[in-house]
Amino acid sequence: MTDFTMKTDADGVAIVTWDAQDKSMNVLTREAFVLVEELIDQALADEAVKGVIITSGKRDFAGGMDLNVLASIRDEAGDNPAQALFDFTMNGHRILRKLERAGMDDKNKGGKPIVCAINGTCAGIGTEIALACHHRIMTDNPKAKIGLPEILLGIFPGGGGTIRFSRMVGAMAAAPVLLEGKMMEPKKAKSSGLIDAVSDDPVAAAKEWILNATDADIVKPWDQKGWKMPGGAPYHPSGFMTFVGASAMVHGNTWGVYPAAKALLSAVYEGAQVPFDTALKIEARWFTHILMNPSSSAMIRSLFINKQALEKGAVRPEGVDDQSVKKIGVLGAGMMGAGIALVSARAGMDVVLIDQNQEAADRGKAYSETFMDKGIARKKATPEKKEAVLNQINATTDLEALRGCDLIIEAVFEDPRVKAEMTQKVEAVIPGDCIFASNTSTLPITELAKASSRPDQFIGIHFFSPVEKMMLVEIIKGKGTGDRAVAKALDYVRQIRKTPIVVNDERFFYANRCIIPYINQGIQMVGEGVAPALIDHAAQLLGFPVGPLQLVDETSIDLGAKIARATKAAMGDDYPDDATDAVVFRMEELGRLGRKAKAGFYDYDDKGKRQHYWPGLVEEYPRLADQPDLIEVQHRLLFGQVIEAVKALEEGVLEDIREGDVGAILGWGFMPWSGGPFSWLDMVGAPWAAERCDQLAEKYGARFECPTLLREMADKNQSFYRRFGPDAKAA
Amino acid sequence: MTEAYIYDAVRSVRGKGRKDGSLHEVTAPRLSAIVLNALKARNNLEGHAVEDVIWGNVTQVAEQGGCLARTAVLASDLDQSIPGVAINRFCASGLEAVNMAANQVRGGGGDAYIAGGVECMSRVPMGMDGGAIAVDPAITFDNYFVPQGISADIIATEYGFTRDQADALAVESQRRAKAAWDSGRFEKSIIPVEDINGLPILAHDEYMRPQTDMQSLGGLKPAFKDMGEVMPGFDKVALMKYPHLEKINHIHHAGNSSGIVDGSAAVLIGNKEYGERMGLKPRARIRSTAKIGTDPTIMLTGPVPVTQKILRESGMEIGDIDLFEVNEAFASVVMRFMQAFETDPDKVNVNGGSIAMGHPLGATGAMILGTLLDELERTDKEVGLATLCIGSGMGAATIIERV
Repeated sequence: MTDFTMKTDADGVAIVTWDAQDKSMNVLTREAFVLVEELIDQALADEAVKGVIITSGKRDFAGGMDLNVLASIRDEAGDNPAQALFDFTMNGHRILRKLERAGMDDKNKGGKPIVCAINGTCAGIGTEIALACHHRIMTDNPKAKIGLPEILLGIFPGGGGTIRFSRMVGAMAAAPVLLEGKMMEPKKAKSSGLIDAVSDDPVAAAKEWILNATDADIVKPWDQKGWKMPGGAPYHPSGFMTFVGASAMVHGNTWGVYPAAKALLSAVYEGAQVPFDTALKIEARWFTHILMNPSSSAMIRSLFINKQALEKGAVRPEGVDDQSVKKIGVLGAGMMGAGIALVSARAGMDVVLIDQNQEAADRGKAYSETFMDKGIARKKATPEKKEAVLNQINATTDLEALRGCDLIIEAVFEDPRVKAEMTQKVEAVIPGDCIFASNTSTLPITELAKASSRPDQFIGIHFFSPVEKMMLVEIIKGKGTGDRAVAKALDYVRQIRKTPIVVNDERFFYANRCIIPYINQGIQMVGEGVAPALIDHAAQLLGFPVGPLQLVDETSIDLGAKIARATKAAMGDDYPDDATDAVVFRMEELGRLGRKAKAGFYDYDDKGKRQHYWPGLVEEYPRLADQPDLIEVQHRLLFGQVIEAVKALEEGVLEDIREGDVGAILGWGFMPWSGGPFSWLDMVGAPWAAERCDQLAEKYGARFECPTLLREMADKNQSFYRRFGPDAKAA
Repeated sequence: MTEAYIYDAVRSVRGKGRKDGSLHEVTAPRLSAIVLNALKARNNLEGHAVEDVIWGNVTQVAEQGGCLARTAVLASDLDQSIPGVAINRFCASGLEAVNMAANQVRGGGGDAYIAGGVECMSRVPMGMDGGAIAVDPAITFDNYFVPQGISADIIATEYGFTRDQADALAVESQRRAKAAWDSGRFEKSIIPVEDINGLPILAHDEYMRPQTDMQSLGGLKPAFKDMGEVMPGFDKVALMKYPHLEKINHIHHAGNSSGIVDGSAAVLIGNKEYGERMGLKPRARIRSTAKIGTDPTIMLTGPVPVTQKILRESGMEIGDIDLFEVNEAFASVVMRFMQAFETDPDKVNVNGGSIAMGHPLGATGAMILGTLLDELERTDKEVGLATLCIGSGMGAATIIERV
């Protein structure tokens, strides 16, 4: 065990180097934490040591805690996991507190300066160790980022970071860092108060600081007499208003569904009223509370462990060589094609952007220009980067330009004949081993592949809109799609830094099949006279970022109507959504097609800004005198989606529930706190879910009938992750 | 059962609750003592004349801290053998003091009590005592905490009251208050405030703006719109609790909400034997008392369920009540009360209310009960009901009946 080593130089400065064995990134293990304490003890006891520098032997400083540690502590603890997690957390506090006190006596004399030289990216417990040190100096490389991103995984900084940072800068200034979890570049981190200095040689600068440090320099403010919370503690007049506001803002912003945000705020609030060591104990109690909440485990599992696994190729066919894309052809320069061109060019690929006329092709390329200009205005990009991206894109009408492409993505009009014609024309030009992908969201890949002379190289790569923002890409295997096409699609998605799921070819694939019942139930309730605000709010109170009526206004009513007609034609008597369609067709007839028409379920101003619900709705669909309970509305919106997810698994559209969960969160914002539909079902239990399906089906029809698989699992009281999950232990 | 009777009720004039308000120079013990002394002088309360002084007061810090009730007794001419207990049920503290006193008397816990309260809002600002309800995330999240002004606007939105309706109620409150003052209807109970030398400080309710009309109110900006819609965004919290509402309609402002003022009030309550022994004539019987908890987010709808409760418990119907005092904390509170009971507006707050004259938190409950009794006597009516909405979602009510 040599994750940490220590060497003392001629000036008496001990350098502790963190270099986790067999890992590319330092993550803190249980064993390594013990070693940290031993080295601190040793350095403090050794009279030759004047001060200590903690740095890393890797390019980056630290990635954070090994998330499996927390899960294993909980699982090993038998019937009292809370006690085990609390004890573990308190032990961490004790070690970092020892580091922070650094041998000082009760008069704050005689301690040794300890500096963190942050040589690269630093997150989580890495940042919390740094905060316990007396001084933090970070490399001035803007690619190195530092932060406390725990909140994004449904937990919060529990290694003293919440208490220390809020006491360093005050609750108001600490809030964005702790609650948004953004990673910051060094200069920004310095202005936020997270670090003290930037330097091109942090270790040298740290040494200089140590050799000049006085006793007073290494005493933390909260260990000095008369310390007061910056900005005021909760019952100080100015602090009171801060905390009143913080509660309301965090509650509102999280729609009350993220327990970690509330716990974090509680730790800050309660901690600010007591001495430092008691505050750490309070932080540990709330941290334990969050680790015991099933939401945090589900979020860590889906949004960290499984998302990373999918990005690293968990479902990539074995034995296929690297298929990285060098030159990509994008057919159709509409909104989707333009977005695909942009993300591909930013990933360094040569892009040929094709449309029928030059003007349309240029317009597609201009999308990238606008995007990069916005980036420059926000200081996220430079004119040089913009130049480079635009140089990567060749906007043309000339199919000959597609020669040498190794991947084609077709994003032309959703018409099988148009698509077939393009496929054949393009295949005449492109190399024989080029993979051809369709970005269709509604047409079966197997059918489209019939136009191809090499169906094993034909695949679906389904983006979500807007392409540059949405993190999920749904890869669809047609019946004849070969392994190399799948590998190609996955390698491409890795290149553009998005998260892939691979699904089989059934109507609406995975994401849209689940979104449609969500939207349809929302619309159907409007028809029944449910208050539209209740419908959208019910969704938001579940944790969906956008309510169904707002969503359908964005995607447009006429698209909904078109899909409805096509689906009904295909399904015949089994079609479940006539009640929805009555509303959809009426809105279509009224020309209320959504935001693009500046009129939909909402009214919009001239600029397309949403104003309020269309007052005419209440005349078309008189409001029920007795509005349904919130939970009833929520379950109608939720169960439609969850049932489709289970059916997708049952029918083999999904081959891996990890993809079902990750895809749902990234694809359409399915209640992130839940970890996804399968995690949610595991949380509430199959027996309850099946029973609820029965009740809903009785009231609202076949749409809610319990899938056979769910019924079977309910009967056997099974969990999805135990039955279908990968062997790897989830945190 | 032993009955509890009101023998007397007095109230101070109300000063503007600001640094330039006339009563800003008067301390809380002294403003308390002024009404306690008046009660003593009018009723000859020598020695251990009452069992206790139950004193309502909301912001119990600084000079209002340290059991102000006892300090008030010591600052007054009452005998030191009379103790004092400070109570806080927010805006209904003064009424709750009366109710507690009445119930002590009815239960045999002493012959007589002084009940009432004080609030020097210019000297001890509202909110200065903190309170976990607004800041502790373990409380605020689960209870969807919003400030009272937002709650008043939720009532308006939920029950469909417009800005014009609220403003009209405010104009009427001002008109009625002026008419009441002009015709001397408060004379029996109003105690002017004098200094230590007997020199006059204030002899009328200073907050009133009788010139108020729809036009002047129309120019006022909604007071709670910014905190609701922008920083920190309380409307979103409100909509999470009331998800069927699309947005909150912000109709309240300084002109149709209760005024911030300084003031005090005291009521003498005792059983029948007490009056006989003291040679006092009972003015009214306290027929019934009630309190209730309600949803803390909409917060201020308590007068409706507490009135339903008190009527049920006393075997009465709404039609049995001749006059109502419903504290004008915000216009929507009174409108909701009248809507729920289909009450004739000519029976509610007939001499104006807190919108016109101000709402000294700890005292108001005792003040409006006194106003109610004076008006029942003046118009020779029998039964009156006083009720107040209360912070954090509560309601309190009292029914009195002349004897």
